Amino acid sequence: MGNISVVPFGPQHPVLPEPIHLDLVIEDEKVIEAVPSIGFVHRGLESLIAKKDYNEMVYVAERTCGICSFGHGMGYVEAVEKIMNIEIPDRARYLRTIWMELSRMHSHLLWLGLLADAFGYESLFYHCWRIREQVLDMIEESTGGRVIFSVNKVGGVMKDMDAAMLARFSEKLGEVEDQVIAVRKNFLYDKTVQLRLRGVGVLTKQQAHDLGCAGPFGRASGIATDMRTRGYGAYGDLEFEPITSNEGDSFARCQCRIDEILQSIDLIRQAMGMIPDGDLFVPVKGNPNGEYFMRIEQPRGEAVYYVKGSGKPYLNRLRIRTPTFANLPGLCETLKGADYADVPILILTIDPCISCTER
Amino acid sequence: MSTFLNFTGTLLKNLVSKPVTKNYPEEPAVYPERMRGRIVIDIDQCISCGLCVRSCPPRCITVDKNEGTWTINRFDCIACGYCASKCPKKCLKLIPGYQKPGRSKAAVTYHKSEEVMEAERKKAAEMAAKKAAALKAAKEKAAAAGAGTAAAKPMPAAGAAPAAKPVAAADAAPAAKTPAAEKSAE
Ligand code: SF4
Ligand code: SF4
Repeated sequence: MGNISVVPFGPQHPVLPEPIHLDLVIEDEKVIEAVPSIGFVHRGLESLIAKKDYNEMVYVAERTCGICSFGHGMGYVEAVEKIMNIEIPDRARYLRTIWMELSRMHSHLLWLGLLADAFGYESLFYHCWRIREQVLDMIEESTGGRVIFSVNKVGGVMKDMDAAMLARFSEKLGEVEDQVIAVRKNFLYDKTVQLRLRGVGVLTKQQAHDLGCAGPFGRASGIATDMRTRGYGAYGDLEFEPITSNEGDSFARCQCRIDEILQSIDLIRQAMGMIPDGDLFVPVKGNPNGEYFMRIEQPRGEAVYYVKGSGKPYLNRLRIRTPTFANLPGLCETLKGADYADVPILILTIDPCISCTER
Repeated sequence: MSTFLNFTGTLLKNLVSKPVTKNYPEEPAVYPERMRGRIVIDIDQCISCGLCVRSCPPRCITVDKNEGTWTINRFDCIACGYCASKCPKKCLKLIPGYQKPGRSKAAVTYHKSEEVMEAERKKAAEMAAKKAAALKAAKEKAAAAGAGTAAAKPMPAAGAAPAAKPVAAADAAPAAKTPAAEKSAE
């Protein structure tokens, strides 16, 4: 038996992108237990329902996260629309889907860059973010914002993409696709990357299932859950299969996410081909009266929005469960038995977003 | 399949190709036309209805109807555009380009031009005159309608006065009681 010591890790740490604190119990160089604690950046967004009416809350919900902002806005408005029995126009459904997939692409490319940075591959990191920039440009051109889209409203969307814009985006997506395919090769067939990722932090399917892992983190362990298959937005009309892997290690998580970027490009293409003409929104009257659980697939996994209203402009309750929260138990499990030097990579492989976990 | 130096080709290409970054601020930034940069107001179109004040999520707008001013704290504005979508006169607009940074949060006030204010005052005076005339006409009509209805008029006023009294007394009673109750508890 070696020396057992406890190393505090975070919330401020040079290799940590997010404010999470972990007490790592280590024996020599191996982690034998990890105890997480969060709560360093609580913002109290959910309690703002007392001060902002349900329309203003769209902008608050969007600001839950700085990366998957569109999805948070979309999950919230769809929950309110379900309560109020609003059938939004088909064009709005498709536009939301396109924006959602663009935001998934930029989120995954951001993550790939951060992963490359975590194992010390700076040039690959910059290259990923260079590709991501083009996606951000498309987002900015169509919505007016790079991070916060602000195009959702209860009843539909506020901005349109005309045929010329769709054609331009389709061309641009082709370029991005070529670059992603090239960078996929760099990630998946590079010895340096494999040495750092293969067999690191394995989570079996059973473990992932028992710990309730969500999103690409769970899918890399073979759990084929993808909330998009529920068919919200326009996903019901599009053809796709959840991307899974059976390896369950860090390499599989990387592979799943890269393949999901390509899948997103495919989904956007499908949506662009089928997008119908029509209105962007329907007029909304009255206030939400009732409650609804909305589950959507964010880039990081399944997010849940619980909205309850009682016929007043101010809601009674808004609850957001973000995917990182679901993945923290899985993270602690993967950390057991890992090398101390691999801890930053393992934390990164769940694609943590602690700030949105704390809302 | 896996090799070292997999990335070298891309790397060399990046090395000789043009940088994707811009030499800002020497090279000016180009913003897309939809960009939500900052809010501008066509103040002379504004009717001081206050809808933007009530809709703004961070509550960063204030409007003064009498002074004819529209004030925004740009450092609190989140550039969401909700006010612009609510404005009945469509005089608010989000335009590309960020606002200037500053050392402290300061509100900017826009004043309506003198001509518009003058026109508004005139209109308000006209409206007031019209209202007064209408009121007068209504009164005369009521007076002409006969003494029976006219006598009924003072009745509610007389009724209201005693009705107000018990309320005031009830309000005062507990207030007067509590100190006494406290004293007895001691
Ligand atoms: S853009 Fe949004 S935050 Fe800014 S003034 Fe208008 S409503 Fe308020
Ligand atoms: S909503 Fe428009 S018209 Fe009304 S006060 Fe605001 S700026 Fe003026």
